[in-house]
Amino acid sequence: MDRITREKAQLIGARTVEDVRGDFPLLDRTVNGRPLAYLDNAATSQKPRLVLDAIRVYYEHGNANVHRALHTLGEEATAAYEEARGKVQRLLNARASREIIFTRGTTEAINLVASSWADANLSRGDVVLATEMEHHSNLVPWQIACARRGCTLRFIPVEEDGSLDIAEAERTWDPRTRLVAVTYVSNVLGTVNDVKAIAAMAHGRGAAVLVDGAQAVPHLRVDVQDIDCDFFAFSGHKVYGPMGIGALYGKEKILDAMPPWMGGGEMIRSVSLEGSTWNDLPWKFEAGTPNVEGAVGLSAAIDYLHAIGLASITTWEGELAAYARERLRGVSALTQYGAAPQRSGVLPFNLGDIHAHDVAQFLDREGIAVRAGHHCAQPLARKLGVVATVRASLSFYNTFSEIDRLVDALEGALRFYA
Amino acid sequence: MSAFDELYQEIIMDHYRSPRGAAKLDHVPQAMAHENPTCGDSIKLEVVVGEGGRLERVRFDGHGCAISTASASLMTESLHGLSVADARERAGTFIKALRGEIPASVLDTMGDLAAFKGLASFPVRVKCATLAWHALLVSLPGA
Repeated sequence: MDRITREKAQLIGARTVEDVRGDFPLLDRTVNGRPLAYLDNAATSQKPRLVLDAIRVYYEHGNANVHRALHTLGEEATAAYEEARGKVQRLLNARASREIIFTRGTTEAINLVASSWADANLSRGDVVLATEMEHHSNLVPWQIACARRGCTLRFIPVEEDGSLDIAEAERTWDPRTRLVAVTYVSNVLGTVNDVKAIAAMAHGRGAAVLVDGAQAVPHLRVDVQDIDCDFFAFSGHKVYGPMGIGALYGKEKILDAMPPWMGGGEMIRSVSLEGSTWNDLPWKFEAGTPNVEGAVGLSAAIDYLHAIGLASITTWEGELAAYARERLRGVSALTQYGAAPQRSGVLPFNLGDIHAHDVAQFLDREGIAVRAGHHCAQPLARKLGVVATVRASLSFYNTFSEIDRLVDALEGALRFYA
Repeated sequence: MSAFDELYQEIIMDHYRSPRGAAKLDHVPQAMAHENPTCGDSIKLEVVVGEGGRLERVRFDGHGCAISTASASLMTESLHGLSVADARERAGTFIKALRGEIPASVLDTMGDLAAFKGLASFPVRVKCATLAWHALLVSLPGA
């Protein structure tokens, strides 16, 4: 099928892509005189009007502090906040909403575990096992925790094609390993890791498992019970919600045994000058006035995700990614990275000797937004033998014609920098 | 002229395509390299001070983007014959002008370096253009 037939034939759920794009006010704008082609979705997603409206309506109609006000607004705000928690629970298929802790995002969620869980569970000489493809957010917190607790940080190696070498991890397993920290989907290569198999491996050897789900939740159906991970972190802003809200899922028994992380209001049961006792889950980990606006926006974003349909999203993005990889193969001097069997719509590449920054700047002139750099995963960039790469990353609101524009602009960049 | 064309103007593209002062500097330890945290590019410098304390030769080793390569190339040309103190002052002025801490018009008094005035529209690229100059500050004798 040629592109036009494909675009006409392909629907996202029951709607055309043009129709769906109409839900996102920002996609309407121009950049440098050209229609915006937003291909930086792995960095952050654009927001549907539904999310923006939910935030506005919350402030125009229901704003109050949560969990304390004995008035109608307070009760409504609390209900909206807790309803959002229930939506996150169902999105991840957690057993109970008590297992969902709101955070600022993935980074804060991982830091919570690397602080509270690490202090209670890591002793001198223990091992934390991460992978060579982790985002700095699932690497640096463990470097800090290991330094604090006197532990060693080891890594599951990345193979040539961008897959994790699980066999090597099993062969070289250190019996002192207490936790495996692994990303579900690589933000650099798009590799979708078999986190279920990794969890089984870890649990069989007595280690807990934390999954960084930031690049997974927007693109595929997540089931934390099926994966059987102990912790799962993600960010609202990558899944069409606002910035500054995200969540940590943790198994109830594990969260219950963990000490509080931050002290303050809301996380306590009773306070005297000498000491305090802690609130129940999940509030034990939510000190201070939370980001209710963010939770309300995330709640609307989850509704939107379900309305589009996660299965439809995975299918459409898979089609787009396959088309993009095929078109990019046709650009002379272009090198694509990663060849793992399961990949998301993350497309890393370099264009001959032209530096990634220069490529991205040229694409911006054409109205095309991509990311260039080491993508907060410097160790992986070094492993690939490149300093920086260009990364186009797809969402279901992207189109085949945007990919054609990307390819045309790359040809233009080749001519410009020749 | 668009902001892009102002940034990637002819003089910058010329120094990018045929950089002056580029060399393999294996004898300079990697610990002396300066890194751009946004992309991981790094650059090493060799600074030779002649008799009379004037800069006789400045060469650089590093692969970077057009902006950082052109900046390094233009820098090696612009330092020739300066005293160590003047080179340090020039680096400080260039970095401050690109960061917007002093008016960019000062670049007009710095010869071909005026080409970097177009960078004002691209704050993220300031680190690219100042990389070589930061490396200079740690490579000058007495640093």
